[in-house]
Amino acid sequence: MAYLVSHPDEVKAISWRWGKGAADINRYLELDGYKAVQKAIEMGPDGIINEMKASNLRGRGGAGFPTGMKWSFVPKESAKPKYILCNGDESEPGTCKDRLIFEHDPHSVIEGVMIAGLAVGAKSGYIYLRGEYRYLSIIMQKAIADAYAKGFLGKNIFGSGKDFDVYWHGGAGAYEVGEESALMESLEGKRGIPRIRPPFPAVVGLWGGPTVINNAETLASVPHIFMMGAQKYAEIGTPKNGGTRLFCLSGNIEKPGVYELPMGYNLKKMIYEVGGGIWKGRNLKAVVPGGSSVPALLPNEVDIAADFDSMMKAGTMLGSGGVIVLDDHQCIVKFALRTIKFYQHESCGWCIPCREGTDWLNKTLVRFHAGAGVKKDIDNMQYLAENMLGRTFCPLGDAAAMPIIAFVKKFREEFEAHLEGKPCPFAEHGAVSELPVLSH
Amino acid sequence: MHFSDEFEKRYAEMVGHYPTKRSILVPSLLYAQDEVGYLSDEVIAELAQRCELTQLEVRNVISYYSMLRMKPAGKYNVQVCTNISCLIRGGEEIYDHCKKKLGIGHKQVTKDGMFSLEEVECIGACSWAPAMQVNYDFHENLTDEGVDKILAEYKAKG
Repeated sequence: MAYLVSHPDEVKAISWRWGKGAADINRYLELDGYKAVQKAIEMGPDGIINEMKASNLRGRGGAGFPTGMKWSFVPKESAKPKYILCNGDESEPGTCKDRLIFEHDPHSVIEGVMIAGLAVGAKSGYIYLRGEYRYLSIIMQKAIADAYAKGFLGKNIFGSGKDFDVYWHGGAGAYEVGEESALMESLEGKRGIPRIRPPFPAVVGLWGGPTVINNAETLASVPHIFMMGAQKYAEIGTPKNGGTRLFCLSGNIEKPGVYELPMGYNLKKMIYEVGGGIWKGRNLKAVVPGGSSVPALLPNEVDIAADFDSMMKAGTMLGSGGVIVLDDHQCIVKFALRTIKFYQHESCGWCIPCREGTDWLNKTLVRFHAGAGVKKDIDNMQYLAENMLGRTFCPLGDAAAMPIIAFVKKFREEFEAHLEGKPCPFAEHGAVSELPVLSH
Repeated sequence: MHFSDEFEKRYAEMVGHYPTKRSILVPSLLYAQDEVGYLSDEVIAELAQRCELTQLEVRNVISYYSMLRMKPAGKYNVQVCTNISCLIRGGEEIYDHCKKKLGIGHKQVTKDGMFSLEEVECIGACSWAPAMQVNYDFHENLTDEGVDKILAEYKAKG
């Protein structure tokens, strides 16, 4: 099961209710539930947005856009209804944090959606959960129904004179739908093809109405910020990177798990102390620090602060908070192949650089890893990936290209060792010839 | 085409949540599939009519989502993740073990219709890898022996 872990360095600003039965609304109320939304009502729309700006909360989906600013982009007057859309289509490989939020603190998501709604003048919000998370959709549906039964949702919420409805929605298996414009398409009952921007969702979003789209962790952080105060929350993190982050430690470490650490926590310490170091007494080979789509870091590059700006300076991204640790027994070519196979499978096919680029990279890496590569393949892969960057409607093309560029640049010698039919130096870990190829 | 009362109750409730008819399509396709086993021509025709879409438009949506299928799967659909976090903790070996144990490959069904197998992309169990889902149930921190036990339990349930 998805068990909970703990470490003394954790600062449980948003995960402190986990494991305390807070999915039950009465227990949630005992644990200060639905107080934040009442505070927000008193503050009014401008007060809420100022509080959010002061918190320095940045989008937890990966891009790190300041949440308060995002909310301020929604026009005050709109002929069409405004909407809040919670992105719970968690599917970036290496990321499993929203799952724990929905399981252990579902009402915090509802409260976050409500506060966002109050800030921008929306009357309804949707919580989109990936189709695989059926057990969470059952938890979420019950949480919403319980909130209605208590009178917290619907007409005149908490005597504010304002109405607010929250609905859940389910996906059916698609990574691409985690991208905000594809998410809206999916919720509208269509294929998850990205929309061209501008117009941005804050102006023209769901069913043409202004829409705020935030990651589940972002929205779940909101009520906690209102309870502790924006200033206090901001102080937990580093400048311009407020608060905490749910880091999903996975891969070849002793103590994998989801840990809530202050923004800017040292990545090396995260791996060796919080995560208990590399398993089986092995050595660190690489870290993919923000979900599968970010460039990998070498062992001599991990002594850095895990926040949006420091990661960017180090040539990678904080991304989704998925920290994937590789030991020195792993084959980077194989890892790169599995990464690109994923993106090839998930590319929606709308933009040619992404559709053809992921397929070409995949074919090259399949052949290369099987021992039929030629030296020119290495440069070709880099050239091809670099030419995908910035040439697609949505970031999936970049997400596929960035890790491949890093693998080829940083592990060139290992790619060369696979050349001209030489056996894979790591072949003991899964026979090369049996590499499964997804056929759909 | 008749769905269960449970389906109809959920459908009637959900349809009121959206300003457009077709918005209910994706979740209702998945619920219909759970009941019927796959998205049959009848299911497609029914939901197309309810959403005021052509059947082609519905098929167009179905083909986009990896969980939706137009052929029956086994009673227990075993979905093994081999994506990166699972890969480096033995996800491929777990998938190979399932292939051998069940005697089937990707998207195939056992002769008795009890099990089907799929190699899937990340299911959000990275910190508890390697992992798989059987239908909607998560099974994590897998070993070959653990998989044997899990499959035996499903088989015993029948």
